[in-house]
Amino acid sequence: MKKAILALADGTVLEGRALGFEGEASGEVVFNTAMTGYQEILTDPSYKGQMVLMTCPHIGNYGISPEDNESRQTWTEGFIVTEAARRPSNWRSELSLHEYLVHHRIVGIEGIDTRYLTRHLRTHGSQAGVISHVASVNGSPDDLVAKANALPSISKQDLVGTVTCASAYQWKEGTGDWPQRLNAKGQVNPTPTKQFQVVVYDFGVKKNILRRLVDEGCAVTVVPASTTAETVRAMNPDGVFLSNGPGDPEGASYAVRHIQDLIGWRPVMGICLGHQILGLALGLSSYKLKFGHHGANHPVLDLRSRKVEITSQNHNFAVRLSSAEQANGLLETPWGPFEPTHVSLNDDCLEGLVGKAAPVLSVQYHPEASPGPHDSSYLFSQFRAMMEQAHA
Amino acid sequence: MPKRNDLRRILLIGSGPIVIGQACEFDYSGTQACKTLKQEGYEVVLINSNPATIMTDPELADRTYIEPITVEVVERILEEERPDALLPTMGGQTALNVTMSLQERGALEKYNVQLIGANYEAINKAEDRDAFKRAMDNIGLATPTSRLIRNREDAMNFLEIVGFPAIVRPSFTLGGAGGNIAYNREEFERDVDWALLTSPVGEALIERSLIGWKEYELEVMRDLNDNVVIVCPIENFDAMGIHTGDSITVAPAMTLTDKEYQRMRDAAIRIIQEIGVETGGSNIQFALNPENGEMIVIEMNPRVSRSSALASKATGFPIAKIAAKLAVGYTLDEIANDITKVTQASFEPTIDYVVVKIPRFAFEKFHGSNPTLTTQMKSVGEAMALGRTFKEAFQKALRSLETDRCGLISLSGLDHYLPGDDLSPSIPEHIRTAIRTVHPDRPWHIADGLRTGISKDEIFAATHVDPWFLDQIEELVLFEQRLLSQARACAGEKTDESVTIPDAVFNDPDGLELLKEAKRLGFSDQRLAQLLDTTAATVRTLRRVHLPSSRVTYSRVDTCAAEFEAFTPYLYSTYGRECEARPTHQEKVVILGGGPNRIGQGIEFDYCCVHATLALRELGIETIMVNCNPETVSTDYDTSDRLYFEPLVEEDVLNIMEVERPMGVVVQFGGQTPLKLALPLARAGIPILGTSPDAIDRAEDRERFSALITTLGLRQPRNGAARSGDEASAVASRIGYPVIVRPSYVLGGRAMQIVYDEPSLRSYVENTVMTADQFPLLIDQYLTDAIEVDVDAVSDGAEVVVAGIMEHVEEAGIHSGDSACSLPPHSLTPELIDRIRTQTVALARELQVVGLMNVQFAVQENEVSILEVNPRASRTVPFVSKTIGVPLAKLAMKAMVGHSLRDLNFTEVPVVRHIAVKESVFPFTKLGNVDVLLGPEMRSTGEVMGIDQDFGWAFAKSQAAAGLSLPHMGTIIMSVRDGDKAGTVNVAERLQALGFKLQATRGTAAYLLERGLNVEPVNKVKEGRPHLVDHIKNRQAQLVVNTVGTASSHHDSLPIRREALQQNIPYFTTIQGIQAAVTAIEAMRKSSLTIKPLQDYHPT
Repeated sequence: MKKAILALADGTVLEGRALGFEGEASGEVVFNTAMTGYQEILTDPSYKGQMVLMTCPHIGNYGISPEDNESRQTWTEGFIVTEAARRPSNWRSELSLHEYLVHHRIVGIEGIDTRYLTRHLRTHGSQAGVISHVASVNGSPDDLVAKANALPSISKQDLVGTVTCASAYQWKEGTGDWPQRLNAKGQVNPTPTKQFQVVVYDFGVKKNILRRLVDEGCAVTVVPASTTAETVRAMNPDGVFLSNGPGDPEGASYAVRHIQDLIGWRPVMGICLGHQILGLALGLSSYKLKFGHHGANHPVLDLRSRKVEITSQNHNFAVRLSSAEQANGLLETPWGPFEPTHVSLNDDCLEGLVGKAAPVLSVQYHPEASPGPHDSSYLFSQFRAMMEQAHA
Repeated sequence: MPKRNDLRRILLIGSGPIVIGQACEFDYSGTQACKTLKQEGYEVVLINSNPATIMTDPELADRTYIEPITVEVVERILEEERPDALLPTMGGQTALNVTMSLQERGALEKYNVQLIGANYEAINKAEDRDAFKRAMDNIGLATPTSRLIRNREDAMNFLEIVGFPAIVRPSFTLGGAGGNIAYNREEFERDVDWALLTSPVGEALIERSLIGWKEYELEVMRDLNDNVVIVCPIENFDAMGIHTGDSITVAPAMTLTDKEYQRMRDAAIRIIQEIGVETGGSNIQFALNPENGEMIVIEMNPRVSRSSALASKATGFPIAKIAAKLAVGYTLDEIANDITKVTQASFEPTIDYVVVKIPRFAFEKFHGSNPTLTTQMKSVGEAMALGRTFKEAFQKALRSLETDRCGLISLSGLDHYLPGDDLSPSIPEHIRTAIRTVHPDRPWHIADGLRTGISKDEIFAATHVDPWFLDQIEELVLFEQRLLSQARACAGEKTDESVTIPDAVFNDPDGLELLKEAKRLGFSDQRLAQLLDTTAATVRTLRRVHLPSSRVTYSRVDTCAAEFEAFTPYLYSTYGRECEARPTHQEKVVILGGGPNRIGQGIEFDYCCVHATLALRELGIETIMVNCNPETVSTDYDTSDRLYFEPLVEEDVLNIMEVERPMGVVVQFGGQTPLKLALPLARAGIPILGTSPDAIDRAEDRERFSALITTLGLRQPRNGAARSGDEASAVASRIGYPVIVRPSYVLGGRAMQIVYDEPSLRSYVENTVMTADQFPLLIDQYLTDAIEVDVDAVSDGAEVVVAGIMEHVEEAGIHSGDSACSLPPHSLTPELIDRIRTQTVALARELQVVGLMNVQFAVQENEVSILEVNPRASRTVPFVSKTIGVPLAKLAMKAMVGHSLRDLNFTEVPVVRHIAVKESVFPFTKLGNVDVLLGPEMRSTGEVMGIDQDFGWAFAKSQAAAGLSLPHMGTIIMSVRDGDKAGTVNVAERLQALGFKLQATRGTAAYLLERGLNVEPVNKVKEGRPHLVDHIKNRQAQLVVNTVGTASSHHDSLPIRREALQQNIPYFTTIQGIQAAVTAIEAMRKSSLTIKPLQDYHPT
């Protein structure tokens, strides 16, 4: 069994066993508390620049199934688990986790005390780290700590630019065999016949967002993050969608002014980084969370219905209202007032916004799930409803 | 939504006695519900017939009825207490069934009682198989192809469609009772008949078999605002075909992709919405085809359950407590998460450890029982373990069972086998056969199969245990082999004879690395010792010397995988980097619990442990609980100041002591389990609170005990020990027949028998004592027709208070745990009672008992003999406490930390004007063709209490609570042995006077006819038809009496008892039993039922 070392910028060094591709990797270390969905996590572009620690101790049990990929490739810089399954067991599985990591050149480590590390990150905040399979480096653990310290912070970085698509493309596939929005009878709601053209800004989009839009009867065109408002206007879509993505919204500030040009013109929906970019466009400020929200069990309260949604979350940054805005429950913008619709029950983080005048809807969490619960899947229907209304 | 203010008084129904399928988990849930409703300001009215529960402590509810949980009684409570609402979801199937009947007979409407938690329609939709199927169809979910049948013919027709194997499930029974899997026509016919009989509505479901599919359970919570959360997905190690209560289960689910899990989660949400469980928890079971992921819904329990207790303990999410809050109107987002304090209950726990639950069985106590596991639950208890990984949790769970298996030991003598060693070809063949049998030992056989190179594919084909689990077991086996190879290599290399193999392994860097790994994988020192041919103590010492850095650490169960800080000290051990135990420097005491329920050690001991903790809290002493039984109140995270969910074995308990360093440890409340640890703990320098280990030994060691009795000038039955068959005969003839014999190595009456003559003794020795090391055989004089008396006393070392003197209904020789008893005694003279009291006091003084003591006496012709002294809490402590209105265990605990009984104001027992009867409850219907005759080996799983002004009514209530309704009128069939004939006369006369028709087998009939009674003779089975079994089958008898003497007559008369059992006709197998029953019938005829809450029996 080959050894591996994980070193954090603050000097913490943990020794474990090598997993995945043999080599060295670095990134910001974050923990994810979801008990299922490691493959979706590995392929979620939002993890660009980060190494993910899974708190669930057994990872890889059900192997790897091609249809569970959330994008064209893996993005996590490194993978940290307690124990990776030697042999997977699932009827759809085609590869083991280890084989997959090797194939995608992801350096991993297993056999370390992940609970200790999680508690450490919770207390001291997310920080940079380096995983090294000892055989491939000549340095000491101290050198690794120094390397971790030398890593640039993900704040203000344009990570979006590294994950977005090179050119626009069409997307046609729905959720298919794994439907999310079932009616009370357990039947899949039929896809509406009237199609809406939707342009999706790819800040690091997950496939399931695109699938869910298709389910809702959208003809989806995915465009690079740098696409200008003029280009989008020229495409004349019925709605504009701002996807999830990695890192700091301020790193993608070039998108902000284009979005400002589109708000009020056509219905807009944003998710995660899309929500944050929209927030900046509306004049909110962003901030970095201590260790982020990464998991599939985050309760979010819908302030209007007082209903709780269990949501999938993955973000390190967030946007917030000023205290005055919070007290008013209202945010005044050039596009009219906006109101907060959702709030985190764990830490009161702003989780959702709607425009009272402008047709805009955005949430910090992931209604497309994958991985995670489907409780908020209805938001895609609301987006469709906004487009229908805009046409009415 | 805030809580409801339109409700003031709420009725809670408990689950009654502990039976297979319904155990302490409902005390855990019910206690949480009681506490929560009280805290919310509601008045709580409670009914539960089980006195050994915490929920029936008079402080918990406002009005506590220890009465039979029957529709008649509950209706009376509604009439007298006029509650505004009834919460039916906390008392298992018992509470649901009673609630359904109340609704159906209009009682709820009549008294204007609202159902909260789940309404009638919802319960019916979930419980009625047909309605459930339709509901699932309606929401697009598949259920197994099935049909409800009410007769054999329909069943046979449907068999053409489903084919074999076919599942047969009776409607509305507990724990799958009466359910079977039929592999051929003959079995099918038999199973259908049995199912129709067991179902209270004479209905059964024939179902397509999903044997071999993966099985999952989801615990779902819903509030009035339609918020739904899933508390925990649980995956069964054992595939479909084994009742989930009998399966090893694992949390979280291990082999579901996110897509599969979310599909299941969506389905669970739709199900709870469709069934209409408005608030609270439900348990939903799914089967998944491992070939293609096809998902089928198996069933839903619209209430808290064994699984919800497990899920609560597995995650730290208190399902019953939250369910109670939801029932009175709160929504999930209004309820705080106790553990994190900053988050709410409206979230889904996520865990960063693995939980394994493993069932415990008791087949060895039931001669003739069938240990094959099926869809009907047969286990009597369970242990749960937490570990960082499955392997660690699994190995901890195995040793938590306390079945003398310290891990995945080999059952085929392969503990030291390495591939390449000589192996008789018969061994793998034997293992293959064993693996194919669905038996509790199967996990061990799987390990043996892997040891001998049987492929995982082959094992999967035979067991359907998911390949991932098989792989985990293989990793453990491979690890053992690495360690064995290392040991062999060390043995080969060592030149110095004085160096032992373990020394050599610990001195080798590779060996050391392996041992470090071993602890992380959950290997016990005991198992390592087996592998290295040494003792656990040696391994422990060597680890200390050579591996000082690899120490056990404790992690917290925090519901959130460390995302938030945990404030609740609910801990489990692992070998990690950081210890989160955070022991305090306060005065603190460790209480050792009882481990998994088993026959002879169950809820009564958990009750005592909980009381110990309550008592210490009252004194401001910090309490630390150690237990591994997930069903219990003791393992509720807020029962003690700290909870260690750990195996109760020496290594794990000593580890806790090292971290906590308590001022003392309590071993006398948890039954045999902690008592066995007293000596090792004392040796490790941990003060044992209360009675000294030496005094315990004086009471337990035969020779020292005899000396003690002699010193005090008391009597005990003549006795001796024998090391051979000849010696046994000699001892027995010296003592005089009949004698009670048992091997010395067993506890709890196991393999104990009454032997009447020498040939029987010889055959007992031949059949029971297989090997020489099972000697000596202990032989005691059997006191014929003696009355047995159980006494519980409390002492502070100076003062002794005899708290309860209980007269057994059945004669001495029947295990005290199995006989009914009355408190106060119903027939003993005051002079005898005085003598018993004096002797008890003398024993307690001599043993310097501090705490509780139990003595068993036999009274034969006015002579008092001492059968047994147990200087510890007994099974009857809760019964006595509730009868006399004094919390004995609490007082004992306080005495153990230095308070005098005088200071505690307990120097005499309050005079009671009522009488209480304890009756035992047996699992006979669930374990195949076992005999119901009572004997010296305990077989009951639980007990009930009947309390009233006179013995007759108290006994009647105890029978009703145990599920037997004594007839007011009808026919009695009697068939008694010669020795009992004289005793039958009185019974017959009284029954005749009551208007009963008497029938008896020839001998009994002739005897009674001679004495002027009007008796109709009936045929014995071998005398031609119609015989008495026909009469019983046709329900032409309402009462059956059958007593037997010799072993051969046992066999002949077995069908009588089995048939009475199956027809649920009250039967008695002792003359004392039927005498008590007749007294009860007389009382029932004389006056009508009255009920009274405990608070009125003991006004404060």
